[in-house]
Amino acid sequence: MPEISLNILDVAENSVRAGADLIRITVSAKPEDDTLTVVIADDGCGMTKEQELQVTDPFYTTRTTRKVGLGVPFFKQAAEGTGGSFRIESEKGKGTTVTAVFGLSHIDRMPLGDISSTIHTLIVFNEKIDFVYTYEYGGRSFTLDTREMRAILGADVSFAGPEVSSFIREYLEANKAETDGGADI
Amino acid sequence: MKSLEELRAIREKMQGKVGLREENENQIRVVVGMATCGIASGARPVLTALSDAVQEQNLSEKICVTQTGCIGLCQYEPIVEVLEPGKEKVTYVKMTPEKALEVLRLHLIGGQVVTKYTLGAAQNSL
Repeated sequence: MPEISLNILDVAENSVRAGADLIRITVSAKPEDDTLTVVIADDGCGMTKEQELQVTDPFYTTRTTRKVGLGVPFFKQAAEGTGGSFRIESEKGKGTTVTAVFGLSHIDRMPLGDISSTIHTLIVFNEKIDFVYTYEYGGRSFTLDTREMRAILGADVSFAGPEVSSFIREYLEANKAETDGGADI
Repeated sequence: MKSLEELRAIREKMQGKVGLREENENQIRVVVGMATCGIASGARPVLTALSDAVQEQNLSEKICVTQTGCIGLCQYEPIVEVLEPGKEKVTYVKMTPEKALEVLRLHLIGGQVVTKYTLGAAQNSL
């Protein structure tokens, strides 16, 4: 994976497949602590203790189309390779939370990449799932809660229509730029 | 900070236009593989390019762009499958946003399969 944002897209797809109703994604850059923390938390079907222990093993997967499952191992390796940490907590029937901490200035940290496109893709293609996305940079932050969007738009207006879809993209990009002042992360 | 207030204006505008997105039987389904393999090789921009173009050109009644997991041909990702009612499935491999838009123009709108990008063509050239 060339970008952290693609890891986020990939791991969040697991939450989608876990049947989550609400997925919270937080990206938090703290230059003062030299960390970049990503949290993906869902209320999906969760995992058994056994699965939870195996999920970071690249040769463990629940799917049948192939024998490997690289999404979570990639994410873990990317974080740990920057002096950071990786944690996955899950409870069967309750949901799963994945936390990856990266060394912000570490030479091996891949760029965050186009996080706004990742969030946009997740929201527009998974309209039935609510997303709460928070982006933080050095104490400033913004949040997009699709439940608030739904409350304004009503149940009939699709997020995928051109007007709403471009609004979501602009909202994410403009507020990100205002939050991090265009910092290269 | 940009606020959600603009959505109210969009909602006003959309009144009466809703309900157009019902899936129907004659729709062409365009499926982009979005598992780890697809994402790592560039499926996100392909998906975005296709869905944006379909929306911009008002084709959403005719064409439905969706995503799926691993198709099982990871070495050929990004993969775009075209499922047209009554026709055989066409699998396009090693897609880029540019190639995908060519497929949209020539195949999905024009009705002509872009043979050079298909799985068959990729396997024959081995």
